[in-house]
This record gives sequence, C-alpha cells and structure tokens, in this order.
Amino acid sequence: MIRRLFALWHARNLEFLRDRGSLIFTLLLPLALVVGMSFVFGGPERAVFKIAVLTDDLGSVHHPFMSERFVDFIPIDDLAAATRKVARHQLDLLIDPQPGGTRYWVNTDSPKGYVAERLLLQADPGAVRQPVSGDAVRYVDWLFPGILGMNMMFSCLFGVGYVVLRYRKNGFLKRLNATPITAFEFLTAQVLSRLGLILVVTTILYVGVGFVIGFHSAGSPALLLAIATLGALSLIALGLTIAARFSSDELVGGLLNTLTWPMMLLSGVWFSLEGSPEWVRFVARLFPLTHILDAARAVTLDGAGVTAIAPHLVYLAVTTLVFLAFGAWSFKWRTD
Amino acid sequence: MAPILEVRNLVKLYPRVTAVDGVSFEVEEGRCFGLLGPNGAGKTTTVEVMEGILPASSGEVRYRGAPIGRQFRSEAGILFQKTALQDFLTVRQTLSLFRGLYPQGYDIDELLQLCSLQKLADRDNRKLSGGQQQRLLLAVALVNDPAILFLDEPTTGFDPQARRNFWKLIESVKARRRTIILTTHYMEEAQRLCDEIAIMDRGRIIARGAPRQLLAEHFADVLIELPRDDFPASARDLPLRVIEGADRVEITTNDLDGTLKALLGAHVPLRNLRIRPPNLEDLFLELTGKELRP
Repeated sequence: MIRRLFALWHARNLEFLRDRGSLIFTLLLPLALVVGMSFVFGGPERAVFKIAVLTDDLGSVHHPFMSERFVDFIPIDDLAAATRKVARHQLDLLIDPQPGGTRYWVNTDSPKGYVAERLLLQADPGAVRQPVSGDAVRYVDWLFPGILGMNMMFSCLFGVGYVVLRYRKNGFLKRLNATPITAFEFLTAQVLSRLGLILVVTTILYVGVGFVIGFHSAGSPALLLAIATLGALSLIALGLTIAARFSSDELVGGLLNTLTWPMMLLSGVWFSLEGSPEWVRFVARLFPLTHILDAARAVTLDGAGVTAIAPHLVYLAVTTLVFLAFGAWSFKWRTD
Repeated sequence: MAPILEVRNLVKLYPRVTAVDGVSFEVEEGRCFGLLGPNGAGKTTTVEVMEGILPASSGEVRYRGAPIGRQFRSEAGILFQKTALQDFLTVRQTLSLFRGLYPQGYDIDELLQLCSLQKLADRDNRKLSGGQQQRLLLAVALVNDPAILFLDEPTTGFDPQARRNFWKLIESVKARRRTIILTTHYMEEAQRLCDEIAIMDRGRIIARGAPRQLLAEHFADVLIELPRDDFPASARDLPLRVIEGADRVEITTNDLDGTLKALLGAHVPLRNLRIRPPNLEDLFLELTGKELRP
C-alpha cells in the first residue's frame, strides 16, 4: 500500500511542480498576503483601534490616553469630517484634548467604539462625550453592503473563471470555435448569463437579509441596482480575463485567490482603510470592489445621488470594457 | 469546376515532431474524400488545420478559393474525434444551442428525424450511449445544413451494427450532394463511403485516387493469402509478386491456376490459403510495409 501511495504522491508532486504557473502562484499568494497584511496593519505593533485626534500636529498633543498600545492615532483638523467618519464606522473614536478637559465623539452602536471609549475613560475619567452630529450609523448597516459586495465578488470571479476553464479542458470551447461565434460573443454571453444570476441572488439577499436586520437605504434603490449591475459586470469581466487563456485548474485558482484576497482585505468590506499608507489606498482604489462599496455606502448611508457616485460608475464601466477587450484579445479556445 | 477545398503544401510542426509534412490535395464539391492512415499518421492534424482549428506552420487551405474564414465556419459542419457538450442540456436543447449559432440550417425536428434521435429528444445528453452520443454529435455537425462536412474517425469504438447504421446516415447526407471529408482507419468504411482517398503515413500522402483505381494500379485481380509459417524459404524464389505482412504473405496474380500450381510444386501447404479480392488494407500494406491496425 505504501508503494502505491508513494507512486501516487510522487506523480502528483511531479504534475504540480511541472505546472510552473501554479507553482509560482502558490508561492506568490501567501507572500503577497503577508506583505499586504504587514503594510495594512503597519508598524511594529498592530493597531486595533483607529482614533482620530482633533489637531494638525500629533506631536504637540500630550494626553495620558496617547500612551496606549495597539491604537492608531490619526490627526484630523476638520471636526465635521471627523465626526462623520465616526458616524460611518471609519473611525472608532474622535478625541479633542483641550487644557480645560477632553471632549470625545463615539458612535454608540460601534463595538470597537465602545471598547475604545472604556479605555479612554480609564486614562482620562474626566473626558466628556459629545453627540455625533447627523445620523449615527449602525455597524450592521455599514457592514451589510460590504458583505453583499464580497459575495458578489466571489460569485463573479470563481463562478465564471472555473466554468470557462472547464469548457476549455473538456473540448466544448474547441467545438464552439468551429462555429461562426467569436471570442467576444462567447465572453459577452457568459458575462450576461452570470450577471442575471448575480442580480437575482443579490436582490434576494438585499431584500431578505435587509428585512431581518431592519436595513434601510437612505438613497434610491434604482441607483443601488445600477451600482450592482456595473459592479458585477466589471468583476465578471475581470474573472474572464483570468480564465481567457489558461488550462490549469491550479493556476487559475491561484490567480483568482491572488485577486480575491487583497480585494477582500483592502476594499473596505470589513474595516475602513482610514490611516493606512497612501500606497495601500492607491492599490485599493484600483479594485472594482472598492468602487462598488464606496458608491453603495454613499447611497445607502448618505443618500448620495447619481452625480456624487458618477466617478465610481464610470470607473466600473470603463474597467468592464477594458477587461472584456483584453479577455477577447487573449482568449484561447483550446488547450495547448 | 473549381474545387470546394484546396490544401497547398501544408506543414504542421510541433517542437519535436513534424506532424504534417507538405500535404497537397483538392476536393471537388459533392464528393466524399477520405484521409486514411494508421494512428499518428497526421490525419487529425491535417483535418484540424483544414477546419481552421489549428494554425498551419506553412502552406495554406482555401475554401471556395478564399482563405478559411467566417464564410467557411458558417458553411462547415464538424464532428471531432472527441467533443464534450454543455452539461445539463437535453438532446433537443443541445441542438437548439448550436442551431442558434448559425443563420441558416435545419429545423430541430427535421434534424432529430434525420439522425434517428426523435425518441431521445428529451434525454440529458450525458445519459446517451456511445452510438447515440455520436449520432447527436453528427446532428450538431449537420445543424447548419453544411456544404462541407468533416468527420474525424466517426465510428471508432462502435460495434459493427452501430457502425453500419452510422454509415447509412452518412450515405443519406452524401445523397444530398454534400461534400464530406472523412478520416478513418477502417478500410471498409473508406471503401464504402469515399469517392476518392488519400493514404497518409508519417505526415505525407503516399497514394491518392479513387479506391477502385488505386487497387487496380497496385494489384492484379486476386490476392492469395497464406500464413507466414506456411510459406517456406524455397517458395521465395518462385516468380511471384509477394507482399510480406507481419504474420502473413500475400500473392497478387491474374493467373490463379498457374500460381496455385507453382505453390503446390514448391510444396507450400495450402490448407490455410484464402483467395479474395484486394482491399485498401492490402494497399496500405503494399505501400508502407505496415499493417494498418497493428
């Protein structure tokens, strides 16, 4: 038995090692994750809380609370903008350490805000809580679009990527290549089919889960549908560019993982990138998911109109076309 | 009449193999053209370049005088050696899918009838037997009522009954004056269906013509077949035309009486002797010194 086991183990290892693409991505993915995480959470200590200090120079502020570890202190001098970010869960707490006494703002619905508030009051029992201006947003309302977006991303990338890969491997694509259909037509049909499915699923989740958690969008549902449509198009087209050429499951799986993990971490599904290095935010802005979530949250939380989110919509539309064109250009009907 | 398909100096190189080594021929409209040869002779590669599926390393293929393009893809029907269909579709849905890809073609019901698939119309295409699946794939290839139909070893793995049924189907297509390009290693299939054949070996065409004409060129009227062990060395000196096979020898002659007398004179035992007309299998052996199906 051991011999048979070894023979299989060896053959599998050979197959894997000879599949260069997969090998590279298996090594690159964890590396990219480690590098990405280390930059996102930055520095020698991993910050758990993001706390804004109302000042333009952090070095000039001396407050007992500022010696706490695992806290990222971010200087902000615009009170209105800062309280808005507290209300939108982008910051856990905002403090204004004045000689006469410290004022602070917290979203009472934020779990991290609650803990940060306890820590502050321990260091400075005299600090006075200020009301958060405007509607304080519940954490679940902030998180909900992120969860829907993430679900959409997985469905778009993996659903389409693996299907095309299977068609190529079993020869169905080769058969289609013998018909008058073009690569662009084939890809567009895949995009539309997956788009319909995703819109139905996302709508059911939005209505169903939204009802259960008492979610209410401040802005227009039609605008949300537009964001979901353009967003799904862009993500599906991205999945197709990955599946356009390759015939190896492991390579395509590796590439898809390499895309989905950074998007999940950096697009603001779980936490805001407030206070992250500029280049991290630049990378995040390249991801379609970031634009989907920024636009969706602007509509659901702030009731933003079409002009306010137009740049996001344009970005999604343009990336859809670029990805589709690239996919059609690099498309391969058959395995090598 | 201008040929419907022309192949000129076709070469297909792979890193370590020359799969097709300078093949040229043309096919007249309405004819059935057979490419014959053993496994690995380059038949499938030649056909896949003709179909526009594989790029040629050099040389060209012209359809109705123009390079292979959109018109060809719209007017050609192709049955690959191996094809997978989309999962979870019935026979009828599969045909509708492909019918939707062409501007012209058969009505689905007509096609089901043509390929004897009426009773299977609502069956999941993964639950068909080998012969049924091949009939469906032929129906897919015919869906656009093609002017030219490519069949790459269409009956490999069939039992004799299924093979005969499939031939009848092809004959009905032929009767409608459609051009057919057939690759096969079944000589009986080529003899029954093809108007013209090209025999391939190691990437080259080694003989070309109508089956009857090729046989007449290479053989006398009859073949005498003997087991190799029954053919002693002394008999090799007889003035006979002998073709050597792996386990048999064949003697081709117009003078059956004289040849038999000579064999008896050389003390060749005749109890396992067979006399038959020559076929394409013998031709292949004569041309290459190899059995077609080792």
